[in-house]
Amino acid sequence: PGDTSVLAGLYGPAEAKISKELPDRAALEVLLRPKVGLPGVLERSREQLLRQTCEAVILGVLHPRTAISLVLQVLSDAGSLLSCCLNAACMALLDAGLPLAALFCGVTCALQPDGTILLDPTARQEQEARAILTFAIASTERKVLMSTTKGSCSVEEMQQCLAAAQRAATTIFQFYRDSVRRRYSK
Amino acid sequence: RTVEPLEYYRRFLKENCRPDGRELGEFRTTTVNIGKCLCSITTADGSALVKLGNTTVICGVKAELAAPAVDSANKGYIVPNVELPSLCAERFRSGPPGEEAQAASQFIADVIENSQMIVKEDLCIASGKLAWVLYCDIICLDYDGNLLDASVFALLAALKNVQLPLVTINEETGLSEVNLKQKNPLIIRKHPVATSFAIFDDTLLIVDPTAEEEDLATGTVTIVTDEEGRLCSVHKPGGSPLTGAKLQDCITRAITRHKEVKKLIDKVIKSLTPK
Repeated sequence: PGDTSVLAGLYGPAEAKISKELPDRAALEVLLRPKVGLPGVLERSREQLLRQTCEAVILGVLHPRTAISLVLQVLSDAGSLLSCCLNAACMALLDAGLPLAALFCGVTCALQPDGTILLDPTARQEQEARAILTFAIASTERKVLMSTTKGSCSVEEMQQCLAAAQRAATTIFQFYRDSVRRRYSK
Repeated sequence: RTVEPLEYYRRFLKENCRPDGRELGEFRTTTVNIGKCLCSITTADGSALVKLGNTTVICGVKAELAAPAVDSANKGYIVPNVELPSLCAERFRSGPPGEEAQAASQFIADVIENSQMIVKEDLCIASGKLAWVLYCDIICLDYDGNLLDASVFALLAALKNVQLPLVTINEETGLSEVNLKQKNPLIIRKHPVATSFAIFDDTLLIVDPTAEEEDLATGTVTIVTDEEGRLCSVHKPGGSPLTGAKLQDCITRAITRHKEVKKLIDKVIKSLTPK
């Protein structure tokens, strides 16, 4: 959303290296490359978040002993980077036609110092905010698939952000539907 | 138990208990050792050893002096580093830090930052010239699940133990003078405590998972609260989806746990001070 853009490339299910293959499910690997510099500890933790989120929705048992690689390249970062990565990952999974248990979308909420909730903040709004919460919401019953917070907030504020994120998720899923329709209607 | 671990576990969960005899909401016995007398690291400025059941984590804090960064001249640094050496569990190999160690390091750094446990401005000695750098090394000695909780706890205990010597800058020479005789404890503003839960089969939530339970779980949630009941972090890296109500349940339990842990730390520290 906005000026943040992430390019996602999905490869698989392909043959896995023997050291990496799992006997009963597909092995998922996520690589996140920042715009400048080498991937560091922050990228590693983001990769872990993305990987576990994707593992929860991909029906890996249908493709045992294979490897699925997801490569994300950050093209520009103007705020809400993690949810942009989540959305890119999900669309890549859809585009590749991998069997999924549910769709997910990423929503970032920023809690401003005066208490108002802002969805999809820009970089400047993120800096000014008291807390930033990122959620991955699943399409089935709008449950929370992944959650990370930066900054501290009270429990009620978190619940409010969660509710707002779930409402926003509906809009994003509609966007997914429209994009896929456009792609395949040609 | 080795052939069909999931089924073995499910049978216990149906009875609402776990193979090691705990209830679903019960934590393992927690023990803390702080300081140079009880704990091993004598060269560190602050150290703590935490045992959560079998999971053993040791944290050493070393304070060094450095020049602050150009863009934040009045801030010091805190550098947490989590290591999972191969001696703690057979799945970790020696070599560069694996993904789990790096993700844990990032998590600890986030917790310190989010909870404002140590405010970086407090670490500054002379704006633009000298500041403290706290290297926090968290090493796992025995991994039996629930690494994040134990690490946060060890970090908190070690930081409470740190005594920083008074440093003054000599006006004429511009050099720093370290006064080892006069030591002040670190100013810790908030006391974050982490509580981890494992999710089974999309429904069941168990607290303080062991390594075996973590492997079988379909997801994990870690909630960090501070003493005011504010959330410093809700870390749920993927895994089965949770409804808002379940998450709320976890948060309430995390707040209760925080009180227990705080009492434990206070008790241990009080037993150290009359030296």
